[in-house]
Amino acid sequence: MSEPNLPFSILNEDGSCPERYRALLNDADLLAIHDMILFSRHFDRRMMMLQRQGRLGFYMTSTGEESTMIGATFCLKPDDPIFLSYREIGCLLWRKVDLRLIMNQLIGNSRDLCKGRQMPIHFCFREWGFPSVSSPVGTQLPHACGYAYAARELATGQVCLAFLGEGTASEGDFHTALNFAGVFRVPCIYLIRNNGYAISTPEAAQTAAKSLAARAAGYGMPGLQVDGNDLLALVNAMRWAVARARDGEGPTLIEAMTYRMGAHSTADDPSAYRSEEETARWAKVDNLARLEHHVRWRGLYDEARKQEALARHEETVRALIADSECWPPPPLDSLFEDVFEHANAHLLEQREEYLRFLAWKARRRAGEMAEAARG
Amino acid sequence: MAEVETLNMIQALNSALDLFMEREERAYVLGEDVGFFGGVFRVTEGLQKKYGARRVFDTPLAEAGIVGMALGMGLAGLVPVAEIQFADFVYPAFDQIVSELAKYRYRSGAQYTPRVVLRMPCGGGIRGGHYHSQSPEALFIHTPGLRVLMPSGPFEAKGLLLGALAGPDPVIFLEPKKLYRAIKAEVPKGWYTLPLDKAAVLRHGQDATLVAYGAMAPAALEAARLAEEEGYDIEVIDLLCLMPFDLKTLVHSVEKTGRLVVVHEAPRTCGFGAELVAAVQEKAFARLEAPPRRVTGFDTPFPYTLEDHYLPGPERILHALIETLEY
Repeated sequence: MSEPNLPFSILNEDGSCPERYRALLNDADLLAIHDMILFSRHFDRRMMMLQRQGRLGFYMTSTGEESTMIGATFCLKPDDPIFLSYREIGCLLWRKVDLRLIMNQLIGNSRDLCKGRQMPIHFCFREWGFPSVSSPVGTQLPHACGYAYAARELATGQVCLAFLGEGTASEGDFHTALNFAGVFRVPCIYLIRNNGYAISTPEAAQTAAKSLAARAAGYGMPGLQVDGNDLLALVNAMRWAVARARDGEGPTLIEAMTYRMGAHSTADDPSAYRSEEETARWAKVDNLARLEHHVRWRGLYDEARKQEALARHEETVRALIADSECWPPPPLDSLFEDVFEHANAHLLEQREEYLRFLAWKARRRAGEMAEAARG
Repeated sequence: MAEVETLNMIQALNSALDLFMEREERAYVLGEDVGFFGGVFRVTEGLQKKYGARRVFDTPLAEAGIVGMALGMGLAGLVPVAEIQFADFVYPAFDQIVSELAKYRYRSGAQYTPRVVLRMPCGGGIRGGHYHSQSPEALFIHTPGLRVLMPSGPFEAKGLLLGALAGPDPVIFLEPKKLYRAIKAEVPKGWYTLPLDKAAVLRHGQDATLVAYGAMAPAALEAARLAEEEGYDIEVIDLLCLMPFDLKTLVHSVEKTGRLVVVHEAPRTCGFGAELVAAVQEKAFARLEAPPRRVTGFDTPFPYTLEDHYLPGPERILHALIETLEY
């Protein structure tokens, strides 16, 4: 397979683009994506605040990388499965996953589809094509290959997309998955968000190679490196990869060069390992800023529209938080369910023993209170 | 009476896979050398020819990829049966099994309920050294979300494998390779399943309860025969299902005999025997007349030349039985 001659970047510094690429996205789609990135960033900001207030256990922002995830999702059909790494909330937002369900997962309340069993951000929304996120990085990559193999066998026409960070490209599962995907020629796209850092470890400490996309040659598939902060370039590359996969021509590896503008997670402080100058340099080429230049260049956007959007997004998030905070934690029984289809004798006994303890504890508390009342 | 045929364990397993693939069009078989070649132990022989190279296929040599790919196929609604060539080689796939396969139903709130069966030959007695002899069952039993099964003969192998394949949960199916061709038995030709949570009482007795599984089950039976010559009446239980295991049957037996000896090939410390002894003691403490005893492999890597010293055999089991009986 030959590498296509796709441009690394399309958007110019002033927001303009070559005329021939303008049709990549029509005005309505462009505005919708821009608005969703704006929302995603606002959502991140509010969730960080919530975490700092102690109302959310943990959070991970995707600030700086929104074009990569939303642009990639835009290029797929709604039923194409997306295997998330963890920093891709934009994919859920673009597919219109019920925002209340997202909030319920973050809080882990009784309305969480996953029954409060995972940390925030470890999403799973089958109805919207999102298999379950886990913390060990890279494990989702062979799943995407297997799913794509099955999709071809079942003739569903689906194409799989799997996200990973550049740090994850050091894991064995990356090698294994891409090797399998190449051998079985599955309809699957592996998309690396190269955001420069795996927690504190810079890319240069992950690999001596100049490009992760170049590894594709070793797996018998094309590899593309694109400007992840350039929505048009990302969409251009994704569309090419999706068309190949849909036509039965096999997998593609895409490396989107971007920058993690926030911390790794709420438990991380990037000032310990990277300079403000570096962050400021990247802020100038932030994907949202560049996209805003572009929509303004097309004459689709102005300050009034921006203010209107921000106010709308704040109202949406505020209502969401209020709704999800009013639900209790999941019921205790859910702790013992779904390990297997039916709880086995061991689990039932452990549950019974724990309920016995709770009853004893309640009696003990009641006794203490009665004694305190008497005394 | 159902039609029967005389098969060894490999043929019985092959028959189970064949019946399942015939019945379930979403069944797929994958692994190293399982396709054209039919597997290094020939368990999948003839399946590719019958069901095609898309449903029975060879994978690259990477266990994590085999398990990860099988799980992905399961997420999409297929029913993959993956072979790990030797249980000793499963460790590269440990993350995929422990972090992914075992937890997928739970962590997705049962939005995804992948059905995946992982078959792997295990155990010693074939001069396989460190890396073709191990018994890693305790690692999987200790991982919530996995069913763990180990048959002890052709009849059990087919019935348990069909039960596993038809069931809704991920299964680690451990095949004691020493028995692959060692025993022939009458096996029903058609479809039948054994329950996935029941032990088999191989022999009823009054004096002590001897618990074993896999290749240790025939060894335990032989030990009981030797004990009979010494005047002892031993009850022998073949566990078959390691998770969940049939505690009820064990406790019922120990309440009768008051003595317990557990046998396995795997190293002793934190081995499955420790759990069996602890669980039985919790239920039958007052009935015990001697400390429960474990006869196991040693806490060493599996040896090559001296493997017959490492593996519990009938006489070593007999010795432990007699010490327990004379306590």
